Amino acid sequence: MPEGGRVATAEGAAAPAGAPEQATLGAPAGAGPWRLAWRRLRRNRATLVFGGVFVALVLFCIAAPLYAKHVAHTGPYENHLSDTIEQDGETVNVVGFDGVPIGPTWRGEFLLGADDNGRDVMVRILYGGRNSLLIGVSAALITLMLSILLGLVAGYMRGRVDGVISRMMDVLWAFPVVLLGVALGTSLALGGFELGPVSVGPGSLLIPIFVISIVYVPYMARPVRGQVLILREQDFVEAARSQGAGPLRVMFAEILPNLASTMIVFFPLLIANAILLEAALSFLGAGVQSPEPSWGTMIDSGVERIITAPMLTIAPGVFLVATVLALNVFGDGVRDAFDPKGRVRMEH
Amino acid sequence: MLRFAVRRLISAVLVLFAVSVLTFLIFNVIPAGDPAVRMAGKVPTKPQVEAIREEWGFDDPIYVQYGTMMKKLFTGDTVSYFTQLNVVDEIIKGAPRTFALAIGAAVLSLLFGVILGVYGARHAGQWSDRAITLLAVLGLSLPVFWLGALMNHYLGFELGIFPNGGYVEFGESPTGWFWHLMLPWIALSFLFVGFYSRVLRSDILETENEDFVRTARAKGLTEKQVMNRHVLRNSLVPIITLWGLDFGFILGGGAILTEAVFNLQGVGQYAAESIEQLDQPVIMAVTLFGAFFIVLLNAVVDIVYAALDPRIRLEDARAP
Amino acid sequence: MSAPLLSVEDLRVSFRTEEGVLQAVDGLSLELAAGEILAIVGESGCGKSVTAMSLMGLTRGANTKIEGRVKLGERDLVGASESELLGVRGAEIAMIFQNPMTSLDPVYRVGEQIAEQIRAHEDVSAEAARERSIELLGRVGIPHAESRVDAYPHEFSGGMRQRVMIAMALSCSPRVLIADEPTTALDVTIQAQILERVMELRREENAGVILITHDLGVVAEVADRVAVMYAGRIVEQGTLDQIFYDPGHPYTWGLLGSVTRLDRDRAGALPSIAGAPPSLIAPPQGCHFRPRCPHARGRCEQVPPLEQRDPKAAGHLDRCWLDLEAKRSLRQVEGGIGLAPAAEAQA
Repeated sequence: MPEGGRVATAEGAAAPAGAPEQATLGAPAGAGPWRLAWRRLRRNRATLVFGGVFVALVLFCIAAPLYAKHVAHTGPYENHLSDTIEQDGETVNVVGFDGVPIGPTWRGEFLLGADDNGRDVMVRILYGGRNSLLIGVSAALITLMLSILLGLVAGYMRGRVDGVISRMMDVLWAFPVVLLGVALGTSLALGGFELGPVSVGPGSLLIPIFVISIVYVPYMARPVRGQVLILREQDFVEAARSQGAGPLRVMFAEILPNLASTMIVFFPLLIANAILLEAALSFLGAGVQSPEPSWGTMIDSGVERIITAPMLTIAPGVFLVATVLALNVFGDGVRDAFDPKGRVRMEH
Repeated sequence: MLRFAVRRLISAVLVLFAVSVLTFLIFNVIPAGDPAVRMAGKVPTKPQVEAIREEWGFDDPIYVQYGTMMKKLFTGDTVSYFTQLNVVDEIIKGAPRTFALAIGAAVLSLLFGVILGVYGARHAGQWSDRAITLLAVLGLSLPVFWLGALMNHYLGFELGIFPNGGYVEFGESPTGWFWHLMLPWIALSFLFVGFYSRVLRSDILETENEDFVRTARAKGLTEKQVMNRHVLRNSLVPIITLWGLDFGFILGGGAILTEAVFNLQGVGQYAAESIEQLDQPVIMAVTLFGAFFIVLLNAVVDIVYAALDPRIRLEDARAP
Repeated sequence: MSAPLLSVEDLRVSFRTEEGVLQAVDGLSLELAAGEILAIVGESGCGKSVTAMSLMGLTRGANTKIEGRVKLGERDLVGASESELLGVRGAEIAMIFQNPMTSLDPVYRVGEQIAEQIRAHEDVSAEAARERSIELLGRVGIPHAESRVDAYPHEFSGGMRQRVMIAMALSCSPRVLIADEPTTALDVTIQAQILERVMELRREENAGVILITHDLGVVAEVADRVAVMYAGRIVEQGTLDQIFYDPGHPYTWGLLGSVTRLDRDRAGALPSIAGAPPSLIAPPQGCHFRPRCPHARGRCEQVPPLEQRDPKAAGHLDRCWLDLEAKRSLRQVEGGIGLAPAAEAQA
């Protein structure tokens, strides 16, 4: 989340009013946790609807080239500064002489109007959405993997290893999320990044992905560590150890599968937050670099024109909010289904 | 209690030290290229770069470089190469604005977060609760810079109900001060209200199922007494904790986006502008300034937490 | 028996849940006299705790339906308003819960929590309430009550916390004390001390006690009368001797048979009742115990009434169609009373 400095999060699902012990009594015997979760998910209509909205948005963005070619007849980087189009029987400049671009036409070409450079806003939103979603999903994946790894090692090994990892998390924690992202983002965007054979150019999308994934690690690694601390004391772990399983085996073959529901619960929420942070960084110029579009950069340049062409701010924002809202509601539903007691909490 | 507080403060200082090292690494070691060139900003000239290299000692060993940087920050010698203004002076100038934003937003978000959270919990499952929940999720999903820009444009510019951004000193005009901060407060608290109301709602529902609440009911306390004395008293602790941390975050200039959108000229906006201009000494100083408040409030929150929850005190007494 | 202190007639409690309507208590009737200890026995989930909570209206809620009558003296508590119930809870009916570790609010001193109850019912000053808290803590056997009154719950052991709970329950001299598994979470030695306190209370205050437990050892120790509950219904009730020496319901036989006894042959496995209790959302038709009962017959598909089966045993009721002779022979298994495994019973 751009401001707030923390991942928004888990709350315990509301138990139905009534005596608590009956809820378990009523559950039919034999249904596994996954099937039970699936059943709860299926019954939660809001979750399904918002999940569907998210999928639709993703598909729409993936289909951006098709839209650009067959509907809008223009690409995301094509300027139409001196072009004209027909509207209501009149010929209109795409960008007026006063520099004001046309507003929404509500048809194929310039559906949502044009920007300063006469580029089709809808096309850029779809291409920007690809970038925002790509960054959000990959950053969330990397965060997930790093946090699981760190949480697993810290929680299982305990002692000094845990101490080092936990202190590292404390330090990252002490940074304001946006400031840390911005600091990393700008410093990397200036000179790119070189580590041995890996060389990343200053304008690469890899930089925001890397920055965002690092920033959210502490918020995820702490709860994972907490869970591992509990899991490692359980009988099945003891059993595996007594049969001679080494620490790696125990961590990855025994404990990791038990973290699956945690990962499922966090993933949509992580993506939502990563997309928001991407937008914030891009808004501040520390994320996606021009001319690459992203929702954040589009809002950033839109705000400068908000008085004459408010659609340039509104349109990308609506897509951004719709995506994040859909993910948040869907994520809430997933959490309620997999973790109705609110056992796992992302720490704030 | 005192020993706990002292220990907690010592660890805060250690974390700050680590933060400063990390900041140093982020700016001077991790990125490729010449740090002196980066520091010189967007259009470096050769003599300028030479001067900076000399001044910051970029030819020295790394630990000496770190020492130089810390010394410059603490003696207040850091100067922006872009504006030629002293960084510490600028921060001091922006701080009251940032503090005003932080305090107002903190009050608003706690107030409405608690009201909505309690209301939602008491009407759990009803349509009003669902509406609040959706509103809360919306709050979490709205990028504050977008919300702020739209509020500023429509409520400020178009309708003229509020001033269109900017800041007025309290001493100059208390009502103007209040009026100028109104939209920033609302925009910034939107997110936190959503956040707190959700956390509080679920904490209340969780606490409602606690055995001690059943005990309280069995004692013959009224619903109001049970709620205020037992349920709320226990569920407010996590919210207060979160609130304290957020407060530190905004105090430290963490509300970069809000300040920038409403042109408040606080520490956050100072940071935002320095980022845009790639004004590295400023970014560095502001990052440390922000971290200072976060770490400080973290420590304060821990101490307050211990005061609110007697169980923590016991652990402390037993700790070596 | 004189007019009962508390009488329950045809109490029904159901909850609406995600899965459907759950009938937790299904037509329960019982009576409690002053100075009497009535034990309600059954497996966890059989509805005994719900019964206890429902007596004071503690299960009321949007998804709960409570029917029947609970009469405290002349007053009906099921139909009573919430404000009427406030005067009953803690003052006339007090409750001790199963888990002393979580039943006290962690953020208040124990003295404050006891005083809170006193001041909820009586118009006394804070100092007077505190004085009484100290006296009560002393009475339940907490040493150095004057200083311990200011301690927080986490500074007490489990047994000591349960004493605090008892002190709290005693604070307004209730006429009925409901103890819901008061000793389950405690060590055996502590258990005995806590039960001793409950017995003393009954003697000193002439209060009626409802003791809810699954532990037949505890029942044998303190109860005057026993009600056996299974899947929301009382299946048998009578005096301690009637239940222990002449049990009429196969479920009771099973319970008695599964108690560890020193005189039993240790080579054999400890007998237990085969199968699991039924879902209370879709319970079996007729006798709820039918699916697990080796002696079930066709007529068990109709609910047997809770009736006196032996004309000579006043107050001994059970809910089983079997006739007296059949019961007395069927319940005899190797080593005493028990529930024969299904195969043997059929043979």
